[in-house]
Amino acid sequence: MFRNQYDTDVTTWSPAGRLFQVEYAMEAVKQGSAAIGLRSKTHIVLGCVNKANSELSSHQKKIFKVDDHIGVAIAGLTADGRVLSRYMRNECINYGFTYESPLPVGRLVVQLADKAQVCTQRSWKRPYGVGLLVAGLDESGAHLYYNCPSGNYFEYQAFAIGSRSQAAKTYLERRFENFADSSRDDLVKDALMAIRETLQGETLKSSICTVAVVGVGEPFHILDQETVQQIIDAFEIVGEQEGPAAEPDAAAGQGAAAADQGGSTDEGVAPMDI
Amino acid sequence: MTKQQANWSPYDNNGGSCVAIAGADYCVIAADTRMSTGYNILTREYSKICKLADKCVMASSGFQADVKALQKNLAARHLIYQHQHNKQMSCPAMAQLLSNTLYYKRFFPYYSFNVLGGLDNEGKGCVFTYDAVGSYEKVGYSSQGSGSTLITPFLDNQLKSPSPLLLPVQDAVTPLVEAEAIDLVKTVFASASERDIYTGDKVEIVVVNAAGIRREYMELRKD
Repeated sequence: MFRNQYDTDVTTWSPAGRLFQVEYAMEAVKQGSAAIGLRSKTHIVLGCVNKANSELSSHQKKIFKVDDHIGVAIAGLTADGRVLSRYMRNECINYGFTYESPLPVGRLVVQLADKAQVCTQRSWKRPYGVGLLVAGLDESGAHLYYNCPSGNYFEYQAFAIGSRSQAAKTYLERRFENFADSSRDDLVKDALMAIRETLQGETLKSSICTVAVVGVGEPFHILDQETVQQIIDAFEIVGEQEGPAAEPDAAAGQGAAAADQGGSTDEGVAPMDI
Repeated sequence: MTKQQANWSPYDNNGGSCVAIAGADYCVIAADTRMSTGYNILTREYSKICKLADKCVMASSGFQADVKALQKNLAARHLIYQHQHNKQMSCPAMAQLLSNTLYYKRFFPYYSFNVLGGLDNEGKGCVFTYDAVGSYEKVGYSSQGSGSTLITPFLDNQLKSPSPLLLPVQDAVTPLVEAEAIDLVKTVFASASERDIYTGDKVEIVVVNAAGIRREYMELRKD
């Protein structure tokens, strides 16, 4: 992305009909560490890579419980993600208080998307720099949504966001047709394998990733480190030989490479127009 | 020209009695299940007891619509606490929250007379007793509601050592064991049902201890 004269304000259109500030916000999502989500008919699993600033510091929290039936994984500006999680939690509590029933996931993501859209149409605001994978269970079944800084949202069978997410997406694209009928444990295994794809050869350990599950009869919770390590050990022994897909290293910092990582984006079409 | 009186009240009294007794490692919270209005019974099977947190249970008598609103309010606040602190609220923390919530409506109060019971952070039983606007005190036992005038003197007599009437208070909790405390509660409700018309039908007894929360019922006079 080149700096140009139409990118200072979120309220300035470019001649090509793009809002560059919003696209830059989506770039921020791509720079964050990876988060993935996949679902079956009855369960949804969220996973993320834990990036710590240095060996001395702890890693940032990227998966948040929103309610017993909804959880969210974020990539990008984690502070923005934290604030949006607090908003989502409040909405769930207020809905539960008024209607004595859980907030349907589809409603929550629309509210979230509308909130994000507001920031794309006010000159004194900036778009949220965080992408959210919202996993939730309601009367209509298991859902996984992706909320963009642009205010768009999409429902997915499986998705990955953040840096090196293309590798995970390739893995998920190969396997997603089986997910609908997967068992809960297989889903968790697939999530961990997808996370491993984003690590580019680094060993997968429970200390560098976080996994959370929500499903029928299972309220949203984050799996503890020992459980995750046991699952990792179990499938490493089986010796899956899924090599990490070769792909341009995001650290090269090339604008073109970063655009490629947008995944399904065509060159030249604004990402938020998908 | 006499002052105009209100011809409608936002409040009603649904009657009933609540009791709580704290022990060394347990807490017993009990309330009858009768809901009345005036001289009529609305239902014989209404629970006045609400679990607010893992180790914290509240029993309230008074105007049950206000009680329900108060319970919902506290439950929502507890969810927020869990999101922020990643743990359940302790009983003493909930006790302060309840006090603040009640005083918040100092000038249009919750018509709710509460006893809060549970285990504190060390696993010891604790009971907190309230008035309608949030004045509260940690005690070894307490009773609220229509039967409280009949129940409290009996508890004072039977549970001498934790009685707040002794100054300084000898024991913070009753020296009784759990089974004895439950028995005392059953006796006390049976007695209150004899003379208080608003107490009867069934008594719901909730016991909080290290193993968790369990519930039992006992039949009372239906008249």
